[in-house]
Order: sequence, then C-alpha cells, then structure tokens
Amino acid sequence: MNINLTLLVQMIAFGVFVAFCMKYVWPPIMKALEERTAKIAEGLAAAERGKEEQELGEQRALEVMKEAKTNASDIVSQAQKRYNEIVDEAKRDAVAEAERIRTAAQAEIEQEANRAREELRERMAQLAVAAAEKILQKEVDAKAHKDLIESFAKQI
Amino acid sequence: MAADTLTAQDYIAHHLTNLTLGLHPEHGLTFAHNAEEAAAMGFWALHVDSLLWSFGLGYLAYRFMRGVAQKATAGVPTGAQNFLEWIVDFVNENVRGSFSGKNDLVAPLALTVFVWVFLMNLMDLIPVDLIPYAFAQFMGLFGADPHHVYMRIVPTTDPNITFGMSLSVFLLVLYYSIKIKGVGGFASELTMQPFGKLGMPANLVLEGISLLSKPLSLSLRLFGNLYAGEMIFILIALMYGHNLLLDLSGMTLQLAWAIFHILIITLQAFIFMVLTIVYLDMAHQHH
Repeated sequence: MNINLTLLVQMIAFGVFVAFCMKYVWPPIMKALEERTAKIAEGLAAAERGKEEQELGEQRALEVMKEAKTNASDIVSQAQKRYNEIVDEAKRDAVAEAERIRTAAQAEIEQEANRAREELRERMAQLAVAAAEKILQKEVDAKAHKDLIESFAKQI
Repeated sequence: MAADTLTAQDYIAHHLTNLTLGLHPEHGLTFAHNAEEAAAMGFWALHVDSLLWSFGLGYLAYRFMRGVAQKATAGVPTGAQNFLEWIVDFVNENVRGSFSGKNDLVAPLALTVFVWVFLMNLMDLIPVDLIPYAFAQFMGLFGADPHHVYMRIVPTTDPNITFGMSLSVFLLVLYYSIKIKGVGGFASELTMQPFGKLGMPANLVLEGISLLSKPLSLSLRLFGNLYAGEMIFILIALMYGHNLLLDLSGMTLQLAWAIFHILIITLQAFIFMVLTIVYLDMAHQHH
C-alpha cells in the first residue's frame, strides 16, 4: 500500500481518458440526442398539423356530401318532372292514335255498309225482275226494260 | 484453497500485494518478490497490475463509447447506442442537477469517472483467486515462483489509483477556482470567511482543511469501500477447503456479499461522480 509513481501515471491516464471522452465521445452522442429531440418535436408538430388538416378535410367532405345530396335530389325531381311529361305525352299520343284508329274503323264500317247496301239493292232488283217475270209469265226483255228495272231498283 | 500450503496471513498478504515494478536499492530495476522489497523501492515504483487493469478497463470503455459515438444516429437507437444513451442521459441529468455553471468539461469528465470507476469496481466481483492464481501459474511457466507473483485485479483497492483520480479532480478544482474567481477571489474565499478579516488565520485553517479534505475524502471513500469489500471476499475465500459445512457457508456468504457488493460498487462510482460534479460546481461559484 505504498504511494508511488503509480499515482502520477494514473493522474496522466485520467487526464487522457477525460480529454478523449470530451473530444470524441461526448459531442457525437449529445449531437445525436439533440437531433433526435428536434426530430421528435418536428414529428409532434407535423402530427398536430396533420390532425388539423384531417379535421378540415372532414369538414370539406361533409360539405361536398351535402352538395352532392342537394344535386341528387335536384336531379331526381327533374327526372320526376320529365317522367310526368313523358307519361302525359304518351297518354296524349295514345288518345290521338285511338281516335285515328276509331275514325278509320268507322270509315271502313261505313264503306262496308254501303257496299252491302249496294249489293242488297242489286239482289233485290234481280229478285224483283225474277218476280215480275213470273208474274207476267212472259219473258221480259231485260234489255228492253232496262230503264224500268233500274228505276225500280233505285226506288228500293 | 491456499490454506493448506500457506498460513492465512500469508494468503491475505499475498492478495494485498501489488505486482510492483521498480528500482530496488540492491537488486536494481525488477519486479518486487515480496511486500518488503516493494516497500524498499520507495516512490519510484509502479503498480503494474493496478495500472494495466485500470488502463485496460479505461481503454475498453473508451473503445466501446467511441464506437457507439461514431455510429450514433438521431434515428431510433438500438442496442449499444441505447445503452450508452441511457448512461449519458443519467450522467447529464446529474450534471444539470448539481452543476450550475457553464463548462463543457464537466459532463464528459463525470461520464468518464462514472464508467471507469464502475468498471474498476466491477473487477471486485470476479472470484478473488481466479485471475491471480491463473496469472501466477502462467508466470510459473516462465520460471517465476508462483508464490511470489502478485496480481491485484481491482485497481480501486489501490490508493494510488483513487488518489490519482481525486488529485486530478482537485487540480481541476484549483484551476477553475482561480480561473473563475481570480487569484485574489480565491484567496479571499480561503481567508475572509467565515469570521471576517480579524479571524484570518482561523479562516485559513478552516477553509484550508475543508479544501484539502475534498480530494482526501473523495479517494479514501472509494478506496476504503472497495478495499474493505475485497478484504471480505478474501476472508470468505479462507473458509474454503476445510470441511463441507465451511465450504457451503462460504459459498452462501460469498454469493450474498457479491450481491450486496453490486450495490456498493455502483453506489461508490455514483458518489465519486456526483462529488466530482459538486466540487467543480463549488469552484465555479462566486461567494
């Protein structure tokens, strides 16, 4: 347990180690720690900003949705209107068409009736002529009495 | 283990003798073969074991810290960087808490003190006979007498080492006292209080003692704790090799003391660091 040169050597070594630690160990570590502190602060600030932006975005989304809803209901009501119009138009067309068909049918019916009436008239004339023949028991010259027959037929 | 061939006194003395290299008045430059020879060498002798373990551990700590510092990133820290940052943060917090001045030296100094003293203290947990015995046998291969090969592996049980560090700290205290307060300021701090001008001699005695007690208490506290701790390990080691009961109680005691000693070595390293910071803080303060 003698105090000797060891003491001085240890003092020198101590100084050397402290100097090396001060020059080569402490600064890089502290720099890394400070940089990390700055980074974390930055990250937190960015998170805060992100949060605000998200809130803004949500608000904006709500607005857009609201607008879209209004638009959609506008479109629906317009469509409804147009639908009604189309239905009305179709109804009118249908009524017109029906009228036209009815008119055409009526005309045809009238035509048919006229034709039938004509035919009937002729048949009656023939029958009348035949009846007259029988009554006169004599052959009537159809040609000679053509005027007579026709006037008769017209009277029917 | 050694009780069969050596007396207990011899065993203890062997463990408390440093591997000393020095100028012996009769044998010249040589390793001391016993404590008497070491004492005869006087001041011009080196405790080779203390110095080598101290340098080795200091270098190890420095290499580790330097390696981590070179690769240190501001990103997510991993492994070694995490570990070192934990220590650095711990030291830095203590410096900030106790040191009010502004000095870039104090924090690295505190880190060096803490890590280095802790590592040197940690050697105390290695079984007392392991390395000295292995070293003695190893040297025996080269023709040395194993009984006269000494090896103390805990540098902080050598007062040269603890005084070396505390005197370095003391020199820093003196340097900063004079630098911050000026020669006159420092002198008046030593002579003008607490009793005022008239009590100058009494002031000088009181302040002088309080100033000198700083390096003394700093080193003796560390040395005393570790020396006592090592001594207890040596005494426990003496219990081995007699009978089973003593062996078992020796094992139990050694384990218990080692676990308790973990607290002591950490605490002493911490105290040395904190006092270093506090003394330097006092050197920076104006009264």
